[in-house]
Amino acid sequence: MRFLFKTSYEQDVRLIQHSGQLFWNGLLIIALLISPIVLPEFWLAQLNLILVYSMVGLGMMILLGYTGQLSLGHAAFFGLGAFVQAYFVNRGWPFFGAMSITIIANVILGALIALPALRVKGIFLGIATLALGLIVEEVLVKWESFTNGTSGLTVKPVQLFGWVLKAQHEFFYLALGIVLLCTLMTLNLLRSPTGRAMIAIRDSEISAQSMGIQAGRTKISAFMISAAFTGIGGGLYAQYLRHISPENFTLLLSLDFALMVIIGGLASIHGVFFGAMFVVLMPPLIAIGKDFLPAAMANTAGLQNVVYGLILIGVVLFEPRGLYGRWLKTRTYFQIFPFYRRGMFRRQKAFQKSDRLS
Amino acid sequence: MLQVILSGVSQGCIYGLVALGFVLIYKATETVSFAQGELMMVGGFTALVMTQFIGLPFWLAVLVCLAAVGLVGYVLERVVIRPVLGQTALAVVLLTIGLGYVARGLVAMLPVIGTETHTLAVPYAGKTIILAGLIISYDHLVVIGSTLVICLLLYLMFHFTRVGIALRASSQNQLGAYYMGIPVKRLNGLVWSLAAALACLAGVLLAPITFVHVNMGFIGLKALPAAVVGGFTSLPGAILGGIVIGVAETLSGFYLPEGFKEVAAYVVMLAVLLLFPSGLLGERTRKKV
Repeated sequence: MRFLFKTSYEQDVRLIQHSGQLFWNGLLIIALLISPIVLPEFWLAQLNLILVYSMVGLGMMILLGYTGQLSLGHAAFFGLGAFVQAYFVNRGWPFFGAMSITIIANVILGALIALPALRVKGIFLGIATLALGLIVEEVLVKWESFTNGTSGLTVKPVQLFGWVLKAQHEFFYLALGIVLLCTLMTLNLLRSPTGRAMIAIRDSEISAQSMGIQAGRTKISAFMISAAFTGIGGGLYAQYLRHISPENFTLLLSLDFALMVIIGGLASIHGVFFGAMFVVLMPPLIAIGKDFLPAAMANTAGLQNVVYGLILIGVVLFEPRGLYGRWLKTRTYFQIFPFYRRGMFRRQKAFQKSDRLS
Repeated sequence: MLQVILSGVSQGCIYGLVALGFVLIYKATETVSFAQGELMMVGGFTALVMTQFIGLPFWLAVLVCLAAVGLVGYVLERVVIRPVLGQTALAVVLLTIGLGYVARGLVAMLPVIGTETHTLAVPYAGKTIILAGLIISYDHLVVIGSTLVICLLLYLMFHFTRVGIALRASSQNQLGAYYMGIPVKRLNGLVWSLAAALACLAGVLLAPITFVHVNMGFIGLKALPAAVVGGFTSLPGAILGGIVIGVAETLSGFYLPEGFKEVAAYVVMLAVLLLFPSGLLGERTRKKV
């Protein structure tokens, strides 16, 4: 059990709260650095996919977890990122050049999609973003000169200062570097006034406004940052898969992205990575588990949907703080071994926030 | 032209029926159920099983279907939705998305019929009537007619029965209704089962026009814009919104290049959201601090 002795306010906004964090995160990074040597090819591919998804997760977490704006259309950003990256890379641009265009395109789309956020909130924002996502999906299918329609587009491998990265482990180091950088940026954002303003808007928009926070501007910047991160994820996805088609970026993917951060645990950076691991590792694990089931139940698509849905329902009913919340509870249980009580993580009773006049 | 509008209206009535479910649930519990489309799909499949595998006559099968899916809605509210009563609306949205996944998965796992596309045999299939130069198929006529009947029934229920008045009271102010001795929780269960039955009816009505398939529930996503256009708090608005969306969709499918049909509903919805944030017939509300 560690006791943090706080002597100044600045301690609360420090990047590294205590030496334990430094030690364990350092250990994690070392483990990740040597993982291409240790892991077999298949699991390394899954790890790459986890990195791609966690980029999207960071974007979703900033928007949903910290600003409280529900978006059910993030596949639009992901798809746009993937196609812009593919377009420029195929025209011989180097990786980072194409990536910067990707980011700019996504920031513009993010600002556009943020417009409804100024007028509607809550579930209706979810519906509006869902509609925008579906529209972008349709545009990607129909804009054949850009996306090559439903037959898809083959993407050239990553070109970086004259190197060509083709193997899994080379891509892994590139993606790991980008994800680490973006995670650090997110952590810093959350310590900054903008990030604090976002959290204030999530907790109560009216109180935030009366404290002098410009709600509209903060929401738009949250959307733009989120779109940029998701677009980077999309670009990495295009470079990783090397073949993309508009059918990869459907509504179900948007739902997956939203579910990812919720299952991982809202309002925590750890939750991003837990959620990404969950979303990526679930299909192969189900495929492995399927072998133990009777043949009648072994319809993969159906089984996967059922397991997904049941886990989602279970998380919302029993563990609203997601996998990360579960981990925190388990850790606390062992840290203070015989003294854990059931109510330790219970906050004040939550009452339904009504948007309605009453 | 009129022909196109007519088929748009009948398509819109389907959206409207599903949207009625959204509006009922929103008015009662201030949440949106994303499982409406899947309930519709379940309704279609139940009707299929009833008519083709058990061999009930069509009209009886429809009644059994409505009762069964209504019961499903009630049980869902009881088992899954009620425990999160009082939490944010997002929790219910997630729960219903999860329920949708489970429903799609379970139906896909059904041994024989799960993954196939079916047609529901109905007694009025393929018949048409010619009226003032318009060719109207019975499918569309039945859809429009049953929507009208449902609207009339709902109107009568909400204005002249004790249950309906209690529902209106509890949607205006839950706490106040609770203090007056209205069993709000039980009414919520009733609303969910009513919404499920409406979705089921929409599924059965839609089945002869399109097909019965696992993914037919995604039509529920077109009903969301219908509810938004209508204002989300108004029952006539839901039907109106549905018709607006349906007509816009068929017209754009007819006059505009390919691809516009799929997004017409969403474009209309976004335009309405930007111009009238509370919808065409919605109540204008502002949160007081």
